[in-house]
Amino acid sequence: MRRGRWLWAAALAVYAFLYVPLAIVVAYSFNDSRLNAEWVGFTWHWYEVLLHDEAMLAAAGNSLLIALVSSLVATALGTMAGIAMHRYNLKLLTFMVLTPVAMPEILLGVSLLLFFIQVLNLTLGLLSIVLAHITFSIGFVAIIVRARLAGMDESIFEAARDLGASPWEMFRYVTFPLILPGVVAGGLMAFTLSIDDFVITFFTAGVGVSTLPLHIYSMIKIAVTPEVNAVSTLLMLLTLTMIVLAAKFAPDVLKGKA
Amino acid sequence: MRSSWAGATTPGCSCVTESVHKSAPAARLTNWLVSGPPFVFLLLFFVMPGIIMVLASFRYPGEFGGLAPLTAADPNTLQGVTLETYRFFFSDPIYGRVFIKSIFMALATTLICLAMAYPLALLIARSPKKSRDLMVLLVILPFASNFLIRVYAWMIVLGPQSALSRLVNGFLQGLGMEPVHLLFSPFAVLVAMVYVHLPFMVLPLYTNLEKHDPSLLDAAQDLGANAWQRFWRVTFPLSLPGIFSGSALVFIPVLGMFAIPDILGGTGDMLIGNLIKEQFLGTRDWPFGSTLSIMLTIAVLLIAWLAARLAGKRGSYA
Repeated sequence: MRRGRWLWAAALAVYAFLYVPLAIVVAYSFNDSRLNAEWVGFTWHWYEVLLHDEAMLAAAGNSLLIALVSSLVATALGTMAGIAMHRYNLKLLTFMVLTPVAMPEILLGVSLLLFFIQVLNLTLGLLSIVLAHITFSIGFVAIIVRARLAGMDESIFEAARDLGASPWEMFRYVTFPLILPGVVAGGLMAFTLSIDDFVITFFTAGVGVSTLPLHIYSMIKIAVTPEVNAVSTLLMLLTLTMIVLAAKFAPDVLKGKA
Repeated sequence: MRSSWAGATTPGCSCVTESVHKSAPAARLTNWLVSGPPFVFLLLFFVMPGIIMVLASFRYPGEFGGLAPLTAADPNTLQGVTLETYRFFFSDPIYGRVFIKSIFMALATTLICLAMAYPLALLIARSPKKSRDLMVLLVILPFASNFLIRVYAWMIVLGPQSALSRLVNGFLQGLGMEPVHLLFSPFAVLVAMVYVHLPFMVLPLYTNLEKHDPSLLDAAQDLGANAWQRFWRVTFPLSLPGIFSGSALVFIPVLGMFAIPDILGGTGDMLIGNLIKEQFLGTRDWPFGSTLSIMLTIAVLLIAWLAARLAGKRGSYA
């Protein structure tokens, strides 16, 4: 019993450690003071500033566009990779899909920077960011889709084959409807990862194009204003919405991830 | 695929074997159609860049950044190919020191994460089934907010005018000591490293602890083991695979991290990641940046291999 109480105290301390800093960011986004030091009074001022910050809005637009395009492509490629990894024993493909997920992001970032400039002679910008985001998202989608397939009864596919389904018919009428929740969850994951990514975008963005995380980074580095708190709060709200959506579409996948 | 094997070994079921034989070319075509696109994409944007980076580490830096052209290189060397960057890496002790500092930072982060995650994971694993999902969700929820925001939050918490800073410095003043700066210090870097990577330790630990058979603890109790012995001789050894995989998930990203020292660290708190960033975007010595990246890759591979070996060995008797 004494041990149970001790465990609870330690766990509560960890939960506090996780939530207090973020709660402070949210609270200060409504604080009527330039300094993030103490509570002065309630205001919407920082959200108004945010609404009129053209650079921030442009960066948010870029982020949204990049996330939409890269998550769509990554979902298609990742779903294929997940099916291929589950159905055929492809060691090389599995290695290529899983390694980008596991390695430090900076390595993918700098190697893509080298590749884009030195080999493709590509001007860094939206296209290079989208390509980079697809590269790191494929693995996450594939893992979720493969997990979904692994939990399924093989005999369903055998039955479809015995009934004379062609490979396409089997995919269209059996496999795809069954893995759809995994595909949706993977797509939402890819979207969130893309919107959130800082490190790989930092190396592949070049000078002309900014995304929301890049813009937040330069704000933090140059001058911290409570406007950062406001945009952070809005972003947290967005991620929360994405999680609720993912939980709705694919509750089992979300649990499997945990 | 599996059904064709089953069919081939079961003579009575020729229908399955036949239908599979008939569609073998079609099956091979499907195989290629499904695995081809992701394979080609990753070959182009993951494998190729990796190969280019290895090649770049053996080149000379260009005059205005990038790589020097192969033809206009030093006439004494073979077509601009060189081991210069590797010689440079091993000749100046400052690089070795940054690597060692990064490894210590990663080790400290891993140990603190482990100390914080273990009680939490244990509590979740021993909670009633219906509250477990919520408790796990509460661990991942902050982790879902943007990485930079989570780092930025510590700028406020540790800032010179923050409540924490004033509390700490008031305490130090009471003891007659000099006030300290919490922000832009190795301490700030360590705190944020732990904060950002904590869920990576909690989740594998929880997944492991949840699978433990509670009857083992009952048996230990019946045999006279007290609470401490039950933990130390039953739960802890069984949880080692979870500890090793969680440690790898924390250690590896910390080793390559550049953003946290960049934002919360002082000028002397550079880690490997900051060195690499500096070579690619600052001094623009890409060959040396590639060499540093390859050294980091080697370090990561060694750690991953070690963790996999340890987890595998312990896992076999668990």
